[in-house]
Amino acid sequence: MGTFIPNTKEEQLKMLNEIGYKDFDDLFKHIPAEAKVKGKLNLPEGKSEIEVDRIVSGLAAKNTVFRSIFRGAGAYNHYVPSAVDAIANKEEFLTAYTPYQAEISQGILQSIFEYQTMIAELTDMDIANASLYDGASAAAEACAMFKDRKHSTIYVSEAVDERIRTVINTYSFGRNTEVKIVPKKNGVTDKAELEKMLAEDPASACFLMQYPNYYGIIEDADELCKITHDNDAKFIMYVNPISMGVLKTPGEIGADACIGEGQPLGLGLEFGGPYLGFLAANQKFMRQIPGRLIGETVDSKGDRGFVLTLQAREQHIRREKASSNICSNEALCALKAGIYMSTIGPKGLKQVATLCSSKAHYMADELAKAGLERSHDGEFFNEFATKCADADKLLAALEAKGILGGLKLECGCILWCCTELNTREDIDEVIATVKEVF
Amino acid sequence: MKLIFEKSISGRGQDIFPACDVPEVLPKVELRKTTAHLPEISENEMGRHYTALAKRAHGVNDGFYPLGSCTMKHNPRINEKMASLPGFVNLHPLQPAHTVKGANELISGLEAALCEITGMDAVTFQPAAGAHGEFTGLLLIKAYHQDRGDFERNEIIVPDSAHGTNPASATMAGFKTIEIKSNENGMVDLESLKEKLGPHTAGLMLTNPNTVGLFDENIMEITRLVHEAGGLCYYDGANLNAVMGIVRPADIGFDVIHMNLHKTFSTPHGGGGPGSGPCGCKEFLKPFIPGLTCKDGKEYTRAEKSIGNMTGFYGNFLVMVKAYTYILTLGAEGIPAASSNAVLNANYMQEKLKDIYPVAFDTTCMHEFVLCLQDIYKDTHVSALDVAKALLDYGIHPPTMYFPLIVHEALMIEPTETETKETMDEAITAFREIYDLLRKEPEAVQACPQTTPVLRLDEVKAAREPVLKYKFD
Amino acid sequence: MFDPKELKYTKDDEWLGYEGDIAVVGISDYAQHELGDLVFVNLPEVGDEVVAGEAFGDVESVKAVADVISPVSGIVEEINEDILDDAALINEDAYAAWFIKVKEVGDTEELMDADAYDAYCAAR
Repeated sequence: MGTFIPNTKEEQLKMLNEIGYKDFDDLFKHIPAEAKVKGKLNLPEGKSEIEVDRIVSGLAAKNTVFRSIFRGAGAYNHYVPSAVDAIANKEEFLTAYTPYQAEISQGILQSIFEYQTMIAELTDMDIANASLYDGASAAAEACAMFKDRKHSTIYVSEAVDERIRTVINTYSFGRNTEVKIVPKKNGVTDKAELEKMLAEDPASACFLMQYPNYYGIIEDADELCKITHDNDAKFIMYVNPISMGVLKTPGEIGADACIGEGQPLGLGLEFGGPYLGFLAANQKFMRQIPGRLIGETVDSKGDRGFVLTLQAREQHIRREKASSNICSNEALCALKAGIYMSTIGPKGLKQVATLCSSKAHYMADELAKAGLERSHDGEFFNEFATKCADADKLLAALEAKGILGGLKLECGCILWCCTELNTREDIDEVIATVKEVF
Repeated sequence: MKLIFEKSISGRGQDIFPACDVPEVLPKVELRKTTAHLPEISENEMGRHYTALAKRAHGVNDGFYPLGSCTMKHNPRINEKMASLPGFVNLHPLQPAHTVKGANELISGLEAALCEITGMDAVTFQPAAGAHGEFTGLLLIKAYHQDRGDFERNEIIVPDSAHGTNPASATMAGFKTIEIKSNENGMVDLESLKEKLGPHTAGLMLTNPNTVGLFDENIMEITRLVHEAGGLCYYDGANLNAVMGIVRPADIGFDVIHMNLHKTFSTPHGGGGPGSGPCGCKEFLKPFIPGLTCKDGKEYTRAEKSIGNMTGFYGNFLVMVKAYTYILTLGAEGIPAASSNAVLNANYMQEKLKDIYPVAFDTTCMHEFVLCLQDIYKDTHVSALDVAKALLDYGIHPPTMYFPLIVHEALMIEPTETETKETMDEAITAFREIYDLLRKEPEAVQACPQTTPVLRLDEVKAAREPVLKYKFD
Repeated sequence: MFDPKELKYTKDDEWLGYEGDIAVVGISDYAQHELGDLVFVNLPEVGDEVVAGEAFGDVESVKAVADVISPVSGIVEEINEDILDDAALINEDAYAAWFIKVKEVGDTEELMDADAYDAYCAAR
């Protein structure tokens, strides 16, 4: 049996006796007998570290790790610089709790303050919070920020990833809030429809769009923002953080809040988690922001320090009136994102964004030449959809070569994604496979 | 200490990315005009910056961490090793099911183990943290009632000793929170409960052992009363570390539960997450479970009347890997042994402190106990906060302060099972020395800490003049 | 500022004064002292209805939040923008830092005069 209990049986018995108990049964005698487990748990016997290592490694070995990945759709295969895990796995960071005791938690508090600053810089927004669970739940929380007595309906573009929309719907089922889908047309939000829907609804709270959208297309965010604001609703952008290296930012566009999936910022694919929801907003919505916020202050000597602040928004103080119930968030993932952004710097951010865009454009051109035309017009960043006569056949052929192809969409199209990790040779190999298959 | 931005020098940086091997093409749209002020710093300087930050943090590996309600037990190294296996880390969540059989087998195995430990019939791993699990569980309750055509049940009963997340989660799930009183023994007041139960009761949320560390002696009666009134019983598993293998929540009448893998199942807290808050339920709630699961290694399916999704994919998978590793290690005997020793350690500390620091409820506790410093404060003006800050100078992370709300000047201590008698004895000595000092020289305790990187911080200034990011020149 | 001796008080520690027909509401010096350093207040909007005995806003300290209960029913005529910007004004002078002014005053909560309120606080 593996154990992490330091005290021996003899020591335990001595301690029990010292505080007036005969044995463990005596210690638990106050629990009603009818409540107690009869017999033993039906679980395997405990194991040594070597046995456990063997079993779990065996499970890992049953999975396929693709050598070349062209699938995104919410999880992106970016390079994780060596420094990220080496630093984030320092035990002081890894094994600490939420920094409630500021005097001995300055390291964590400062790292999150730096992260908040970097996210604000990345998105060009005024302020950012300490993190949320993932992009999809961050989207749901952002929508809830703008619900008040007079405004409650949430509008979401149909060109937003269905996974994100599902989480928004689930949260809204809880809050009894109505969610309306603004239809898409040619792969982008139907502007006329948005205009019409918002104009007809004095109770509209906000409109959420994805940038680039689920199909990879960079929508006309300026125009969508204007329509939303003209109709007295708040404008929320769900952004790909890497695209911020080149695309016009939510701050420049005038968004009220910006959220996104922080996974591309130094986190692995990890079979879907833990990821990182980031949230940034205009200053005037500071008190509607859910989750932890770290603020700068001074100590009793006047030295700079950092604390959890504006806590009266939160569940442990405001209880049933809190803006959200979130407490544990994704601090270690935020730390990783901070290290990632420090590693690449402003130059690297632009470089990685340019690499992603360039490779995707090369691939789209080559696929078109090989007969896989794009499904939509419209400018794209690093994802794009193509038509395909038999997506299953192509994806199976790629898989046989150790390549994870794009994601098959309901329409039978394939949603492709490129990152800086896809070399020209990798892309050419996909093209060659397309030519073999069709 | 300087911020990383203050160490940044224009033109410095690190070379991560290769030259572009295809023609450079950017989308033909209006592009970003501003520059993100990210740090420009060498790898060496960056490494030292974060090492300096690490030295200004306190984790379980730095010293005793008896933070009540947070179960700061040892985080086994094998967990981390397993969670860093390339066969887990490099899996795309949307890979074909037949290429991730091992991952889904692990999830199913963990589900089975957690069902056995809690007595539940199914577990969803969608929730990313404890509060997220609460929200999920309450949505299951809501969906269940609505599915039966009962839209009148809009109240969740919560004891006044509950974690703040309970009422906050109830609000997020669209319920009204109905608070019930605790009795003089710190347990649910049955009369108060009976008064509040009725046709509007959707359910009861209960932490058991409760937040003062006591096992509610009327637990069977409580769950029976709630069921009789047509409500469901929700078990807040924050304190599950007290009862694993000893009591199973489903056996004592609970219908839904959330667990904190980052507390009970030894996965690290990471300075505030990532956690994982799986939500378990009985058979009749299974049709409402969120998310996609793959049980046969072939295809993903969704429950028939699923409430939807709580997170984008399957929850915090790597945290699940760590918890599964832990459960495999401990096994059938190790799991109850962990809880037993957690309870022993708490009672040991309680017994050794209660002569000078009154305990809120003087009886056998479970895995944690609460000291009440109200009288000490009245006598000396030394508060629970002051005592907590004095512990910092001993290198001990203070207990949870000012919680639960039903105890004034509360300090909630949870040693966990992985601490030695010697560690606890040292902490007991520290507590006793602080007590001597507060009686002789209260001002000295009020002036603590003295040895930390910063002294007490001005939280009022932080809240009145919020500075939430670095201001670049 | 208002003379605390001339005001009426609720058991929830709000004070009520009058400027002609207009009711003026704030929180007592006892309340600001108990709450400690205030960092923020939430107030209703001009034109909102307030109801006697129901919360119309709240005050935040670093570690707590407390509802502010209206002693009267009516329509909010004016709110004190100054305390929205700087909640510390309430700590400085609770009787100058009014919260809301209410017109069309209807129902009124049961109130104490200054002496009765002082005695009520002393007994707590």
